[in-house]
Amino acid sequence: MAKATAALHGTAYLASRRARHIRERLIEVLLFFAALISVVTTVAIVYVLVKESVVFFEQVPLRDFLTDRQWTPLFDDAHFGIVVLLSGTLTSSFVALAVAIPLGTIIAIYLSEFAPYRLREMVKPVLEMLGGVPTIVYGYFALLFVTPLLQKVMPGLPGFNLLSAGLVMGIMIIPYVSSISEDAMRAVPMALREGSYAMGATRFQTATRVVVPAAFSGIASAYILGISRAVGETMILAVAGGMQPNLTFNPLEPAATITAYIVQVALGDLPHGSVGYQTIFAAGLTLMLFTLACNLAGHVLRKRFREAY
Amino acid sequence: MHRKHQDVVFALVGIVALMVAVLTFLTLFVNMAVDGLPRLDWHFFTSFPSRRATQAGILSAWVGSTLVMLVTAFFAVPLGVASGIYLEEYARKSWVTDLIEINITNLAGVPSIVYGLLALGLFVYQFGLGQSILSAGLTLALLILPVVIVATREAIRSIPQVIREGSYALGATRWQTVRYHILPYSSAGILTGIIIGMARAIGETAPIITIGALTFIAFLPPAPLKAEPPFVSFDWLMSPFTVMPIQMFNWTSRPEAAFQDNAAAAGFVLVFMTLAMNGLAIWLRYRLRRNIKW
Repeated sequence: MAKATAALHGTAYLASRRARHIRERLIEVLLFFAALISVVTTVAIVYVLVKESVVFFEQVPLRDFLTDRQWTPLFDDAHFGIVVLLSGTLTSSFVALAVAIPLGTIIAIYLSEFAPYRLREMVKPVLEMLGGVPTIVYGYFALLFVTPLLQKVMPGLPGFNLLSAGLVMGIMIIPYVSSISEDAMRAVPMALREGSYAMGATRFQTATRVVVPAAFSGIASAYILGISRAVGETMILAVAGGMQPNLTFNPLEPAATITAYIVQVALGDLPHGSVGYQTIFAAGLTLMLFTLACNLAGHVLRKRFREAY
Repeated sequence: MHRKHQDVVFALVGIVALMVAVLTFLTLFVNMAVDGLPRLDWHFFTSFPSRRATQAGILSAWVGSTLVMLVTAFFAVPLGVASGIYLEEYARKSWVTDLIEINITNLAGVPSIVYGLLALGLFVYQFGLGQSILSAGLTLALLILPVVIVATREAIRSIPQVIREGSYALGATRWQTVRYHILPYSSAGILTGIIIGMARAIGETAPIITIGALTFIAFLPPAPLKAEPPFVSFDWLMSPFTVMPIQMFNWTSRPEAAFQDNAAAAGFVLVFMTLAMNGLAIWLRYRLRRNIKW
């Protein structure tokens, strides 16, 4: 009798164990599919960009796309020279990085090596918030505050120009550069600094000759992130940089960037399937390849200059 | 002794650099407040956009933003948290796991406008969702997914291994450990990430413009609650819409100063919201760091 109950309990136990096992497996599979969504997203991005670009390049030879010096996709005499848009993107990014990289690095060194603890704890959240401001707000600021201000110094400056958009974009990127660089510098072990001080070095010498080289791979990733933010930034340029395609490397002129062009087309009413509609995917693909190249370069730099302690 | 002077000089340079960043931000905020605050009244929140600047308001914009955020949170939160849990608690070291991890890092660096192109090609045309609240919400959900995943992983990683071992020692399964220990202990950290992600989504303009959201909307989406059964309606998901940053963009690009004041007012509301959300997240993180002693 007692034996029979035990056996009964045994089968019930086994059944519940099996049910539990199945439930566990099911949950794991569900979680796995959730994690896979991010891979699906990447595949979908590449699929959409390539699919529409293929149709585009059937009508516009790749050679023209790369070598033509005009960008007039919506005119009767259509030209599709991406160089025109690329020049705007590169010029504005250059201005932005000329602001963000020096200032971001100085702020990072200051916060990591010089600033008292209380100041650092106070400033970091403020910088973080600076990076959280919507970019359209920065666009408004560039167009309606910075440009009029610059026009007082440079009377000939047009209302739309890459300089003011680039400057504001640089301020926007500072927190990205400074916070990652600072994290990298703070990860450098204290013993290295102490060794440097013991040799009689000052704070400044320790910071620039010991800490910065030791943290270089992290600082390089911060710069790379800054570059890809600058290249992909859209609203500041669409608002303050102008939407006229213009092959120029002069930041005092208005010019459309790749991103501003996409916004301009999206604001209009282009029929689905027209060449004009496909240009934005070709432009987007160019942008995507550019940021991908940045990320790869960052990866290589990190590997190359990684210092392990 | 001029080596020592270098230290003082650099400290000054550092403070100046910090001031440039912080003062620019203050100028931006004050400038917008001066231009925009006079426009901020009850009427501004309860009126549709209008051809007359002084009568225009942000009703359709804030309602649109709220609804889009609901959709975004509905998709991004469960997916992001589930991905984070999988990668930290379940995934074994394999090439699939490596692929997922590298991929998330890369996705975080993709410009937001590219997500807009993805949504335009996929959601709007391929899936036929149109230029709707649902399309926009899904787009932003994909955009902030890496933020939620990374925050979830960091929160989970900070839980010491002994907690898991204790749970397993008492015979709990993996899911029971996650459900009753890992999730509750990491919830504040996860919440921080969700808030930061949502603050980013609410200010995103480019991807939503790219899917073709209209800039002038003088009506509200159908109400989600109805008087007759079944009482709830999801028609609003497919409705055309506008959001706060697009409304601001529209007003900024008008030449009339009166509309630009409206833009300043809308921008003030937008910055206030994102700052409040970011501030909340920072405060949560600060409390978290202080309270946890394993």
